[in-house]
Amino acid sequence: MFRILLTSSVLGLTWCQSAFAADAQVESLIQTICQVGPKGAGHVAAVEAQRELSRVDVAHLIDVLTGMRGADKLSRNWLRAAVESIVSRHTQAGGQLPVQELEAFLVDLDNDAHARRLAYELIYSADPTAEARLIPQFINDPSLELRRDAVRLALDEAEQLEKQGLRDKAIVSFRRALNGARDEAQIKSAAESLRRLGQKVDVASHFGFIQQWHIAGPFDNTDTQGFDVAYPPEDKVQLDAVMPGKNGDVSWKHYTTDDEYGLVDLTKALDKHKGAIAYAFTEFVAAEPRQVELRLGCINANKIWLNGKLLTANNVYHAGSYIDQYVTAGQLQKGKNQILLKIAQNEQEEPWAQRWEFQFRVCDEFGTAVLSQDRPLAQTARLFRTPTR
Amino acid sequence: MKRSLIGILGVSILILAGADWPGFLGAGGRGVATESQPPTQWSSDANVAWKTPLPGRGPSSPIVVDGRVFVTCSAGPNQDRLHVVCLDAQSGTQLWQRQFWATGRTYSHPTSAVAANTPVSDGEAVYAFYSSNDLACVELDGTLRWFRGLTHDYPKAGNDVGMSSSPVIAGDVVVVQIENQGDSFAAGISRQTGETVWRIPRDFRANWSSPAVLPHPSGRVTVILQSPSGLTGVDAADGEQRWHYAADCGTIPTPVVTADGMILCNANGVTMLKPTESDVEVVWQSNRLNPGPASPVYHQDQVYAVNRAGVLSCADAANGETKWQLRLKGTFWASPVLAGSNLFLVNHDGLAQVVKLGESGELLASSEFDGEKILGTPAISGDALYVRSDEHLWKIAAE
Repeated sequence: MFRILLTSSVLGLTWCQSAFAADAQVESLIQTICQVGPKGAGHVAAVEAQRELSRVDVAHLIDVLTGMRGADKLSRNWLRAAVESIVSRHTQAGGQLPVQELEAFLVDLDNDAHARRLAYELIYSADPTAEARLIPQFINDPSLELRRDAVRLALDEAEQLEKQGLRDKAIVSFRRALNGARDEAQIKSAAESLRRLGQKVDVASHFGFIQQWHIAGPFDNTDTQGFDVAYPPEDKVQLDAVMPGKNGDVSWKHYTTDDEYGLVDLTKALDKHKGAIAYAFTEFVAAEPRQVELRLGCINANKIWLNGKLLTANNVYHAGSYIDQYVTAGQLQKGKNQILLKIAQNEQEEPWAQRWEFQFRVCDEFGTAVLSQDRPLAQTARLFRTPTR
Repeated sequence: MKRSLIGILGVSILILAGADWPGFLGAGGRGVATESQPPTQWSSDANVAWKTPLPGRGPSSPIVVDGRVFVTCSAGPNQDRLHVVCLDAQSGTQLWQRQFWATGRTYSHPTSAVAANTPVSDGEAVYAFYSSNDLACVELDGTLRWFRGLTHDYPKAGNDVGMSSSPVIAGDVVVVQIENQGDSFAAGISRQTGETVWRIPRDFRANWSSPAVLPHPSGRVTVILQSPSGLTGVDAADGEQRWHYAADCGTIPTPVVTADGMILCNANGVTMLKPTESDVEVVWQSNRLNPGPASPVYHQDQVYAVNRAGVLSCADAANGETKWQLRLKGTFWASPVLAGSNLFLVNHDGLAQVVKLGESGELLASSEFDGEKILGTPAISGDALYVRSDEHLWKIAAE
């Protein structure tokens, strides 16, 4: 009996030590992978760690997912691949996924948003009822993928209500979908549905597109040489100034676009010019200092300044134009902030190279509009709930 | 000299199994599988070995390695989910799938997608490259070896019309050509570790052409980079420039290295170049051979090219003189591929036209892919043709 107890104790101790060692080892492997940096930094150690981590038991699945917390875009992808290898080997051997643990991980907003989405997809692969059961709660989630799915369900529900003739309930559902939506297509869909039901929707405010600008130009950009020339607005914006332009003196003009996606067509604001530069200026009033994202869609070369600080420069002409094409972070100060854009047109003659335009918005990292406090349009930021972690 | 060069080229191909189609335009980047005899005609109930749905879009080509078919896809409203899918070539059964979150730009023209670049394999791993300039090395069993985000590293690298240059294996590195108006470069990335072995600046102009590989009898390997300003040969070991041929080159078709070591460059129509280790000389130029987006094919002393109007031309490889032309239906993004003595051309509308090659071109048969549009170049392995659309992957093989 004593021998049996002793043997059991020794075996138990050995198992505990082994399990402890395995946990520590997995943590170490994750840490090694998280040391991967730009330009191949940390790869030699990470390649070996990845090989080992891809072979650990499914009992460590949550550990690897948790390891994505704080991981950058690169190491997050390494860890994702390890998760997929672990899951693939386990399920091909007939194993079941730890769905309860994954659900607990999913609803914990402290976890990485991408990792939570991956956890959901694993849950869904084991339990297709997970969509209806779990997704609706994510309509304001920091994971934009989870949020998008929740908005899709809300839109589906609203459409069903509308088909059933339950107009008022459909409006509530469409409005709920719109408030959650950060995806362009979903915003458009919800807005169109609400308008069809006789509701007013301020799409421009939902996105945070700026529609009122002061425009000056054209300045010279012959042979695209003006991109790095600091014309007077880059030194100081003085709205009553008369400045030497490409074809004579130019001054600031107030310009309002009524495009609800904030598109400013500079050929309408300033006439058609080739080899030309325009500046667009606006003041943005912030209630408090805060970090924001400045997002520009522009088919022309461009620069963005916030309060005199150059945030981004993109010397690219006629290579597509999309909402949020160029995203840069900026720090708003309390009160008035100055936003200055430089939009450069080249001299290409092809029909597809004639556009000279931009659309610009201010939002948070999730794409939630941040509105200037003096915004003249009848919408307020209170509609928009910022996701909380 | 010629014979030894052929020997080197042959050895480089034999590293992979004979039936493999390991990258864009297959082994050697020539689009030729002379021993293969795929069916020349098919329909939904004849000669379709299997058809399988794909998890995302992409004009990238499938590749075939060691009895497995690999294909890349991009999915999601923002095309930011990057897939590598591995299927059993015999059955079409999915063996594994890996996904990544794009770290670079995911905008593209609506007809294209982020999975535009064809992956490449060295027989040990697949190197999946995307328009977002994300590069993943995944071993054949699905284990990630390494992952790079080259726009993450060089934030101005990208083209919002989309990028599509396919990587090549050259010696110890996988070579990527990332040419655009921002951070424009080519790089040799270690196959084993994913570290940058070399990186060289390139023209600040948009370019979609893929690199080509030219082995030398000395054992050195030249990587050929085609851009709007010309063709450049760089050493695969260190990225050092060996030669430059200045010309107005096409920005979409890829240069082709022939089986006897000549270069078909897409300049002034098509230009045939004779390379040495340190230079190239022009053999002939033909502006009647004017490939559109599709790359030319060289086979048995003939050059074949299809232009933007859908006219297939055959030229004598000795002097570039046109021997015959054949008007085909549609426009072509997919490059033609050759199996046996037949050229397979799939147009944008998904109409495959099979041309029997000889003293003239004879249209043997036409078949469709269930009405789906096709941008990706087919792969050939054994007696099968593999073709992908935005939605499906087909294996065309005799039953």
